[in-house]
Amino acid sequence: MSDAPLRHAEPFDPPGEPWVRVSPRLATLRRLLTVVGGLLGVAVLTAVAWLIATWLAVVVAIAGLALLVWVWVAVGRRVRSWGYAERAEDLLVTQGILVRRLVVVPYGRMQFVDVTAGPLDRRFGLATVQLHTAAAATDAQIPGLVPEEAARLRDRLAARGEAGAAGV
Amino acid sequence: MSESPLAAPAAAPAGAGAEAGFRRLHPFTPVLRGWKIFAAAFAIGLQQAYGDISFGWLLTAVALSIPVGVVYGWASWRATKYRVGDEDLRLETGVFRKRSRRVRLDRLQAVDVVRPFIARVLGLAELRLEVAGGSSAEAPLAYLSEQDALRLRAELLARAAGLHHETPEAPEVVLLQVPLARLVEATVRSVAVIGSVISLVVVVVVAIVVGEWSVLTFVVPFGLTVVPVTVRQILAHFGFTVAESPDGLRLRHGLIETRSQTVPPGRVQAVRIVEPWLWRSQDWVRIDVDVAGYVGENQNRAATLCPVAPRAEALQVLARVLPGVDIAAVPLTGVPEQARWLDPVAWRQLGVGADERVLVTRTGRFTRVTDVVLHEKVQSVRLTQGPVQRRLGLASVHLDTTPGPVNATAEHRPAGEARALVDAEVARARVARAAARPDRWMSPPGGSATPTVTR
Repeated sequence: MSDAPLRHAEPFDPPGEPWVRVSPRLATLRRLLTVVGGLLGVAVLTAVAWLIATWLAVVVAIAGLALLVWVWVAVGRRVRSWGYAERAEDLLVTQGILVRRLVVVPYGRMQFVDVTAGPLDRRFGLATVQLHTAAAATDAQIPGLVPEEAARLRDRLAARGEAGAAGV
Repeated sequence: MSESPLAAPAAAPAGAGAEAGFRRLHPFTPVLRGWKIFAAAFAIGLQQAYGDISFGWLLTAVALSIPVGVVYGWASWRATKYRVGDEDLRLETGVFRKRSRRVRLDRLQAVDVVRPFIARVLGLAELRLEVAGGSSAEAPLAYLSEQDALRLRAELLARAAGLHHETPEAPEVVLLQVPLARLVEATVRSVAVIGSVISLVVVVVVAIVVGEWSVLTFVVPFGLTVVPVTVRQILAHFGFTVAESPDGLRLRHGLIETRSQTVPPGRVQAVRIVEPWLWRSQDWVRIDVDVAGYVGENQNRAATLCPVAPRAEALQVLARVLPGVDIAAVPLTGVPEQARWLDPVAWRQLGVGADERVLVTRTGRFTRVTDVVLHEKVQSVRLTQGPVQRRLGLASVHLDTTPGPVNATAEHRPAGEARALVDAEVARARVARAAARPDRWMSPPGGSATPTVTR
């Protein structure tokens, strides 16, 4: 590498400035969804187990609740793993606990930017920004943004994309 | 193109529309499109007829649908019009739902002239304009007479290049021709074909020795799978010719359905060099390319730059496609020994390297695959690390390009080096994009996008 830039101690370190993290409300929303769904599932399984044997029901209930606690913690870690950084020429997005990912998208390569917010997202004041390039493999999605930040990011990305646009 | 008229004015062909400049497709179009639908309907009907419908009913149904089909075909032909302007091609279609499409000519990725067998008999051809981002050919003009198709192609390419539209078709230099014997031998030298032939021989021998002739029914699946695939490949790549002209790369191939592709300069996004195991003794290679317009079913048929050629010849063609790039001179670095846990078969073959123009990745133990991506064509750069990779201190770098056969991934690099590679590639891509040639390839670099009149 002739122009070797900054050395990074860790491969997923931020590019100079720290990562901008997403809203912790995303964790609340996702925990709510998994807990509601999970409790229902545990209840049904426990009831089925009850028909077979009482001790089995106890085992199923304890295992199910333990799993839910683990999911509660894992969702928090997963949401905290999202981060993005706007640089002069490109946007960096990182995510993932088990499989870690980092994507660098030059502004000039952006084809369009999507902002989406489902009904529950809106209730929680959240929105998702997704960048699309001419490559299908580009996986640059930032969930859990407050709507103002999502709109600001969209406009800024669009403006910078316009300035640096190149043909395919 | 021998029959292409030099300096022919873009005269409106027969059936020019009432509106200024709009032209129609060839009047045989509905016949050519319609017979397929009738054949399909007839085939489906025939299958049904084994069940409950009698053959007479079927004939009546087909006979009744013919006038409807003829009227609709005629109306559809009347409704389809196209017009070529300085900046764009307008295409209007639809009988009930009108659709008007505008294709920007400076964004043209490729122009293909496809001639299916029946169209050839009638002297017709289909012109396909490929632009980035569609799911299939964005503006297929099917069908035109052959002269119109060739004239229109020359006009579109001249306008897309930023030249006057009456500029005659550019001259070409043939770079490569694939002889039939080599094509057949290369197609047969595949593990699938040789494996099938061996198992076929085994089946026949077993049948003779044991005297159990029912074993021979195993021959049927062979005849239904391997043979048609092999034959289709040979027919599609028959007479493969690669030529170069100022309009770009020209590929011509096909025996029954012929295809003549023109890929303008700067439209090749990435290149893949494939060296199958059974070709190694001959030192033959295949070259596939990513061109933004070739997607979907078209990708498999159109993305081959050279089906089989000796390495030296193939690299010469590549040197014309990617001017100033010497792939053999790019030094590749391998991966550390920890990678053996993740890729025990091919870890010694993994490698990546870059120079000022391209990034090269290599993989594959038996079928060796080399991917080459131009820095200016990189859409995004990704770094990924799975749990096992993390334990081993490795990570993978992906260069995302437009959809196509090329998938440039530098697997299992040392993690710190991988991140440095990402940062370096982003920097190189930025520099390369700034220096990239304009979309209108004949206009001066960095100049305005307005068409110039001289060649």
